[in-house]
Amino acid sequence: MLRIPCPYCGLRDQDEFRCGGEASIVRPAQPDQAGDAAWADYLFYRDNVKGPHLERWLHAYGCRQWFLLRRDTLSHEITEVRRLTEASGDG
Amino acid sequence: MRYSGFSLLINALSRHRDWPRAWRDAEPSKHYDVVIVGGGGQGLATAYYLAKYQGVKNVAVLEKGWLGGGNTGRNTQVSRSNYFFPESGRFYEHSLKLFEGLSRELNFNVMFSQRGILAVCHSRHEMEICRRWANAIGMNGIDSRMLSREDIKKRIPEINLDCRFPIWGGFVQERGGISRHDAVAWGYARRASEAGVDIIQRCEVTGMETSDSRIKAVDTTRGSISADKFALCVAGHSSQLAAMAGLRLPIVSIPLQAMVTEPVRPIFHTVLMSALIHVYVSQSDRGEIVVGGGADAYPSYAQRGSLDIHRDTFSALLELLPIFSRLRMMRQWAGVCDMAPDVSPIVGKTPIENLYISTGWGTGGYKAIPAGGDTLAWTIAHDEPHELLRPFGLERFESGRLVDEGAAAGVAH
Repeated sequence: MLRIPCPYCGLRDQDEFRCGGEASIVRPAQPDQAGDAAWADYLFYRDNVKGPHLERWLHAYGCRQWFLLRRDTLSHEITEVRRLTEASGDG
Repeated sequence: MRYSGFSLLINALSRHRDWPRAWRDAEPSKHYDVVIVGGGGQGLATAYYLAKYQGVKNVAVLEKGWLGGGNTGRNTQVSRSNYFFPESGRFYEHSLKLFEGLSRELNFNVMFSQRGILAVCHSRHEMEICRRWANAIGMNGIDSRMLSREDIKKRIPEINLDCRFPIWGGFVQERGGISRHDAVAWGYARRASEAGVDIIQRCEVTGMETSDSRIKAVDTTRGSISADKFALCVAGHSSQLAAMAGLRLPIVSIPLQAMVTEPVRPIFHTVLMSALIHVYVSQSDRGEIVVGGGADAYPSYAQRGSLDIHRDTFSALLELLPIFSRLRMMRQWAGVCDMAPDVSPIVGKTPIENLYISTGWGTGGYKAIPAGGDTLAWTIAHDEPHELLRPFGLERFESGRLVDEGAAAGVAH
């Protein structure tokens, strides 16, 4: 059972949350000019990192806000929490 | 050597001390016609069918750990072909038919027991969906039959029909069943090795040497190995291996847990699945009650999963089968499932000319081992997708022609 540090509510049990998967996925800037490969990339292709992973989480049974976590997908250690409104180095 | 009643008798005379190795502990050569990365069910089956049926014997299977130690050693052993779409039906039915003859084919007892797989429904709406599903399966030419409440009670006397929510009925595929997962791995390994395939364990691929947009060789912990063709059969680590070749995949890796109780005498004679009360259960030939449930909700490579899944899976199990409340849980583990967006496999060619891939098996790859191996071997030998694999190519994510088997995959995720 992970303990997730919600940036709004504090440390809560994992089952209050929903994992929204890999973060930093950028929608094609010019949708009508993006081809099938660009759409496939955006919709489906993922880095699927084994190691520190920037991901989106929703506090579904709490404040219902989305935020970002950097969580290691092997050790499950959480090393960073970030609100969506905060600037970051790697977006 | 052939395993037989006679060989058992002869070896008894020497107190079973002279059985030969089941497969050669091969030293890696510098070059092969085909290198298969991944010594699980898919990789070993592919090697076997290449050597036995495609005439390609100069093959190596590289496994970073011990063969069959990944998802092939961690699943709940179910085989069935009750999927929804015709493409899936054709593929999984091919696999089920191969399972039916597998012990004979491999001269190894895989203990395939076709004890039926039952899905139960807990509302009028679920019954309608199941009827639609059972009809679709029938239209695929595959056996399936709706069951009443009474039918289910007759098959499973221990079931709590008035669980929350009460069971309305269900449907069954009689030819579905379970087998011994280690035996499938070992059976394919033994026959592949016999046919000339080098199985090289404790050999981890750490990088790939490319030239002219082809893979020239793989760097491994036991040296560099070159080949004409390469196949990635590394469920759970497809993204990492693909990245070595400069490829990204439409894959997310999530944990799926399974657990077994202490062994007890035969009491449970079928495979039971409930989508709503999320659990699936069977009894292994060792007597353990084998239980699985939903996948953990976040990506992980840890092969353990977390405790909240136990709570959910055990409550589901005891709601349906209260008799098991006195059993002690013996062991729990998890695999790493490579999930494709449409929960259908991704098998065949890649954008790299001589690299093939077998991934996206998600939570349902075990039942597909024979067909996955057979069709991938054909694909590698002919350098074009086998007929059964054409709907499951990587290109479907660009064309949009997904095969959405989320429901039939049977595992909540």
